Amino acid sequence: MSRRVTLNLGFQGNTRDVTVVIPDDEPTPWQWGERLSVVGKPTPRVDGPLKATGAAHYTYDIELPGMLYGAILRSPRPHARIRNIDLSAAEHLDGVRAVLALEDREIRFAGQEVAAVAAISSDLAADALKLIKVDYEKMPFVVDMDRAMADFAPRVFGSGSNVGRTSTSSVGNVARGLEVAANTIEAAYTTAVQTHVCLETHGAVASFNAARDQLTVWCSTQGVFSVRDDLAVYFSLPPDNVRVVCEFLGGGFGSKFGATPEMIVAARLAGATGVPVKVMLPRGDEHRSTGNRPNSEQKVKLGVDRDGKLTAIDLVQRGSGGIGGGAGSAGPFKSIYRCANIRTEERNIYTNAGPASPMRAPGWPQGCFALELAMDEMARKAGIDRLEFRRRNSDNPVRAAEYEIGARAFGWAEKNSSPKSSGAFKRGVGVASAEWHAVGVPGPEAQVIAHRDGAVEVRVGTQDIGTGTRTILAIVAAEELGLPVDRVKSEIGDTRFLFSVPSGGSLSAPSNTPAVRQAAAHLKDKLFRIAAPILGAEPDDLEASDGFIRVRTNPSRSLAFADVCKRIPGDSISAQGERVANYEGFRTDQAGCQFAEVEVDTETGIVRVTHVVAVHDAGRIIDPLMARSQVNGGILMGIGFALFENRRMDPMLGIMVNPTMDDYKLLGSLDVPRIDVTFFEVANGITNTGVMGLGEVAHVASAAAVACAVYDAIGVPVRSLPITPDRVLAALGRA
Amino acid sequence: MSKKTLVEATINGETVEFLCEPRQSLLETLRDVLELTGSKEGCLTGDCGACTVLVDGRPVCSCLMLGVEAQGKNIVTVEGLAINGVLHVLQNKFLEHAALQCGICTPGFLISAKSLLDRNPKPTEHEVRYALAGNLCRCTGYDKIVKAVLDAAADIRSQGEGKAAAR
Ligand code: FES
Ligand code: FES
Repeated sequence: MSRRVTLNLGFQGNTRDVTVVIPDDEPTPWQWGERLSVVGKPTPRVDGPLKATGAAHYTYDIELPGMLYGAILRSPRPHARIRNIDLSAAEHLDGVRAVLALEDREIRFAGQEVAAVAAISSDLAADALKLIKVDYEKMPFVVDMDRAMADFAPRVFGSGSNVGRTSTSSVGNVARGLEVAANTIEAAYTTAVQTHVCLETHGAVASFNAARDQLTVWCSTQGVFSVRDDLAVYFSLPPDNVRVVCEFLGGGFGSKFGATPEMIVAARLAGATGVPVKVMLPRGDEHRSTGNRPNSEQKVKLGVDRDGKLTAIDLVQRGSGGIGGGAGSAGPFKSIYRCANIRTEERNIYTNAGPASPMRAPGWPQGCFALELAMDEMARKAGIDRLEFRRRNSDNPVRAAEYEIGARAFGWAEKNSSPKSSGAFKRGVGVASAEWHAVGVPGPEAQVIAHRDGAVEVRVGTQDIGTGTRTILAIVAAEELGLPVDRVKSEIGDTRFLFSVPSGGSLSAPSNTPAVRQAAAHLKDKLFRIAAPILGAEPDDLEASDGFIRVRTNPSRSLAFADVCKRIPGDSISAQGERVANYEGFRTDQAGCQFAEVEVDTETGIVRVTHVVAVHDAGRIIDPLMARSQVNGGILMGIGFALFENRRMDPMLGIMVNPTMDDYKLLGSLDVPRIDVTFFEVANGITNTGVMGLGEVAHVASAAAVACAVYDAIGVPVRSLPITPDRVLAALGRA
Repeated sequence: MSKKTLVEATINGETVEFLCEPRQSLLETLRDVLELTGSKEGCLTGDCGACTVLVDGRPVCSCLMLGVEAQGKNIVTVEGLAINGVLHVLQNKFLEHAALQCGICTPGFLISAKSLLDRNPKPTEHEVRYALAGNLCRCTGYDKIVKAVLDAAADIRSQGEGKAAAR
């Protein structure tokens, strides 16, 4: 059964009543201005003490009795056929328990898995790898995107072309739009391949119980259930016979979905040896083989009329995700700014390099960089203030409000007009817009349990990629049950709990919190039924707040939550909740904007980011502490993308030349500025919590804002990321 | 397999004897032999700092030092920061400032920060950033880590240099 509720939704100064139909047993969605007791207040991470004392066990920290250490041999060649693998010497090494040749006979990138061993120590496993003799038949290869497109380029996939399918989109008539424009610009932008560099590499511990046909895998994953399903298919087991556990996870950023090769290797070795096997990837393998953000070349044309309104947006793009796909970057061109004529063309080019995998807002940071720098070039040509130009071309009321908040916090007016130079150092500022649609999906189920001692437990089969999932689930349950957060414990990261979706695509918070809230509401109903006769009231007349269950009309008639729990028959009482489909709500899109200030040393070409201001909406913020951290992290990764990060391939050898954390440059504490984050709260009514994900939207505009600031500082656009000193000097004509 | 060597060292205030292979790193020894898995591995090349421990008061990448070199040394790992379950002020400040996310870099940062505050109880922001430059984090953006360390320093000073800083 369902009921209609009218919700007041929107944001400060812009709310409206929206009527939605919700299932009967679903709590009424939180509305604009609703006063909540623990939601929205800063709550320190509930599992923080475990992490800060070294007691949190990540995959690498798991030790099982009799466990062996596995290692994977990878091809040093970018393209080859394996004629023969000789495992015998490795098999005979003392301490080696199993050696496997992995099936693939054709190698398509340097770093592809070839063979695996299990031994009694990781050092011995590494020794054994060196004894495996592989006879490779070399094949021609190509790692450079331009060369891969040439007529006689070596083919990455046998007969197929290296140029993948073109995807195009078109609204209006771009040719007309450019024709009628008062001003046009045309430029090409490029971005480099970025790797995820999770501080915890991919890895797994697998244990196979042959008598029960039961496979258990502890692994570093963003999706315990997607790993379970993949492994069940791979090993032809019923999903119920596969258990996947991930208690703590050292980052993923999109690279840890599904059963990745090291999990399958660990499970196969465990099957072969009859004992548990741990496989953790070395850093170099992580860089080469576990995924990346494809590079891009983006040819952009923009047209504007006399009023500074866009008349045409045109993008012709190509990118290479190595042997993988998904290199498109058109997203931002199609939706951030309003324009009647938009055409995009995306093409995926195959090269003999490690496969791309989703990475934090796939395609958007590349696209946003090209679009926003082109917007600045256009604004300069048309003689319009850059922020004003963006305002004029965005019809999103949330973003309009965010521009104002950000400009004030950043001091845009003064900084944008003050002189650029003090000697060799030139200062500049930039602004860029972000967008995402992190409303979450139905599917997750949650269980909330009250124990006789008054402790409450939330169980969901999600995992915490680092964003604070345990904390926000506990907060939501505590809110619904009227308890302090420390009375609620979250148990996650195990396929023995109810189903949940992967922690990626900004899905976690918006998909899981509504299921938890519904489960907690159902549990509350059960507790009300226990309390009602004692309080001499009907269950419907009760409410839960401040650790008490009380009669709404006569709050002095109350029972402590813990006292109600003492009357639970048996040991505990539990309830389930499900994440229902999204309601119509207020808006499903998320706007955001980021401002960056840089200082460019025109003698050395070094760019330093000195201040970033970010304004984002994420529906309702559950925990501002956790939310802010996530935005900081998105900015960090964006500045890295803008200034440092570049997976380099040697065109002659076909290998990655910088697969270390030294040669592949990451930002350190000295490279990162002060970051100020403001949340713009929107009550969206899309779910019962109205939460939206933040991980991706916080990253979309960061590199773009930095690139725009560099342009402002030196007066010449640097159209290629990363903006390295040599590129800055070249732009200044000093190379 | 090579012969094992007997090593005696002070680890987190306790004298311990252990056997390790000459080629095992201190990080491996701590994690695999002594079951102190709080020190993390991010690279094994001295670049990420996740494995940082104090050796005679100095921060060291334990992935770059051999287990046998611990002979006679005084070593502090993240497990040695809290005393009898009472968190070190740095740990508390990291939690308060939400200076950790996935948390895998956190043990290394805490040790580097402790080493700084032991030497310099009144660091400037730049000194904090400099002292942490050998620790990489992919999640937090550093800003909160720096604030947490500065705040911890202020706290230690206000508690009176002697008592708190000695820990
Ligand atoms: S593991 Fe030692 S510095 Fe990275
Ligand atoms: S918190 Fe994840 S690497 Fe630092």
